[in-house]
Amino acid sequence: MAVEAPPTHAETLAPPRRRKIPPAILLIAPSVVFMALLLGWPVIQGILQAFRDENGFTLDFVARMVQDPYFWPAVRNTLLLIVVMIPLQFALAIGMALMLRTNPRLHKVHFFVWAIPLALSDLAAGLVWLAIFNDRGYLNSILSWFGIEGGSWLAYDNQASMFMCVLIAELWRATSLVLIIVVAGLQGIPKDYDEAAQVFGATFWQRLRHVTLPLLKPSLQVALILRTILAFQTFAVAQALTGQNFPLVVGETYRWYTGLQNPNVAAALALVILVVSMLTSIFYLRALRDKNQGGLR
Amino acid sequence: MKDMYFQPKHTSMSRRSLLLAGLGTAMSVPFLASCAGFDTSGAAAGEGTVGFLSTQFTPVEEKQRYEAVLKKFAKAPVAYNSVDPGVFSSTVSTQASAGNIKTSLLGGLHGELAPLAESLEDVDNLLRDLSGRGFTKEMLELTKVGGSTSRYVPWMQATYVVAVNKKALEWLPPGVDVNDLTYEGYLAWAKAAQQGAGRPVFGMPAGPKGLHHRFYQGFLLPSFTGGQITTFRNEDAVTAWTYMQELWSALTPASTNYDNMQEPLARGEVLVGWDHVARLVNAPANNPEEWLMVPAPRGPKGRGYMLIIAGLALPRNGKDRDLAEKAIRALSEPLSQIETLRSNAFFPVVQTELPSDLTGAIALEAAAVRRQQRSEGALLALPPVGLGAKEGEVSQIFKNCFQQICLENRPIRQVLDAQATQLNTILQGLNVPCWAPDPISTKCEVA
Repeated sequence: MAVEAPPTHAETLAPPRRRKIPPAILLIAPSVVFMALLLGWPVIQGILQAFRDENGFTLDFVARMVQDPYFWPAVRNTLLLIVVMIPLQFALAIGMALMLRTNPRLHKVHFFVWAIPLALSDLAAGLVWLAIFNDRGYLNSILSWFGIEGGSWLAYDNQASMFMCVLIAELWRATSLVLIIVVAGLQGIPKDYDEAAQVFGATFWQRLRHVTLPLLKPSLQVALILRTILAFQTFAVAQALTGQNFPLVVGETYRWYTGLQNPNVAAALALVILVVSMLTSIFYLRALRDKNQGGLR
Repeated sequence: MKDMYFQPKHTSMSRRSLLLAGLGTAMSVPFLASCAGFDTSGAAAGEGTVGFLSTQFTPVEEKQRYEAVLKKFAKAPVAYNSVDPGVFSSTVSTQASAGNIKTSLLGGLHGELAPLAESLEDVDNLLRDLSGRGFTKEMLELTKVGGSTSRYVPWMQATYVVAVNKKALEWLPPGVDVNDLTYEGYLAWAKAAQQGAGRPVFGMPAGPKGLHHRFYQGFLLPSFTGGQITTFRNEDAVTAWTYMQELWSALTPASTNYDNMQEPLARGEVLVGWDHVARLVNAPANNPEEWLMVPAPRGPKGRGYMLIIAGLALPRNGKDRDLAEKAIRALSEPLSQIETLRSNAFFPVVQTELPSDLTGAIALEAAAVRRQQRSEGALLALPPVGLGAKEGEVSQIFKNCFQQICLENRPIRQVLDAQATQLNTILQGLNVPCWAPDPISTKCEVA
């Protein structure tokens, strides 16, 4: 039996008058207004601030940004961090999620513990790890207990160990986000597929590669986009651990805005992050596009 | 049944909690009322109270100690409200632009007040009345923040000295006088101590919030070049940075993590360190007899030293003007100035003899400050004047020099030329006269 669309309120009250604004527009209007006011307007403001001074259009601020001795190291560090961190995080999160799927004893406790970093502010996480990697921190204390001389992990001339410290702290802090998305994705996959593959004698790795991961793709895509964009914004952890010895782009934005009080150069830096984040999202959306679903994704 | 049984008890509990709540509310009234004097807009507690908004003494112990000073000496009820510099400047400027001034007295460092000059009342009359206090000529010049009238009354001052743990004296090379250091002697000492201790024991506050740029601006460069900006890239400046490069190799590399020196000094990680007096004062807190405070070293052009000055200002169209002026007069009296030194280690700006019974660390600092100021060849340098919001960028230029020359070992000449271009770009936009030790008359730019 065909179900008729319920008559709208306006039609029942005043049938002869045609509504001028279609309901679809009314429905999306709040979000359009919201996007325009809270996202579009600041973006336009930011672009204007980066390219305009009192005399009109200028590239001075972009030049200042590029000539700053911290800019290129910051770009390099940010990219390096992303390239190393994202694959590690996904490997860890998928591994943890698969472990949870096998329903080990106390799996709810495991999940809860693994999700704790999600509830922690990133600055707090940075300070926690600072207490560990500090010259007189827990790590060096434990090492000296075993009779090993610890190093200055966060000293400026120890770029490699500084990078490792930031990487470990960020892995600890941000992997839980990926984990939660992957766990949610796994829960959406019916067990039948896996069981069917098992019946046909597929090994664990074959099932992971040909059954689980393809079905997880939409969740992974979401997680990848979110994590990469958030990784561009890595800031507080590195700031707490290394100060300015390991500059990152967002840290530089903050420094130009608050410390140097130059909102124009800060806006230029923020635009760099915006552009790179957008390009990354477009890349992921295209690279992970599901061929069967055409242009939907 | 069970529910029925518990029902009456439940209602009686609720009645009791209602009573408790009522009692609680009644009891909290006096506490809430006492909160009325505190609000983040910098407003006063009410009519007849001076609303004092300041950037100084933000740590709560310092704030409480200063409130005690105010209570004893201010001669008017003062509600002291200390905030971060960013909050301070935005509070003052937004209240001024809204035409709704909630504060009656402002206190901040010279560099924090200077950019707000437009929102501050002229205090020339007040300074004329206070001329007997003995403010120095340099200070009075400074209060004009580049204009023709004074915008604040000097409040208190501070500078930077070198703190020495007496353990380090055993490596003091022969012929080097710890109370009259030269830059050469300082370097030789640092190297000898590094060798003797088996690790570098001299430090610098070169962390992200450290004040090491003040060392280059006010100490190293004036001592070697006689200037700060005009001489930024001349041959003497190259000598100065060559020296700095060498000194850095004898300093502890952990310096890039130190925001203030008193902590590594107190831990014994560093034995000799230069820093702001307020950032050194806690190092000798427990064992002052094991410490020395000495003037900064002197170089070929004299003993460059930087003076940090804080001022009291009146917001334009502020509230309770008379009371605020009364408080300013009271706070510039020698007794209240000395009490500020005792409680919070900021030095008097007025002419006065310091008492002989100061406590350990402060007595050490006071002696060092006096010796530094009065020593032969003392060369006064100021933190950048009149740069307003650009102060941070100008100071960053000096930090960039350190970063590239000392940490990245880039060629000094090249770094100085590149940074000089940046510095001139910033200064050209500002068009301000130079400040001490550069010749004050000229338009400030790198030669």
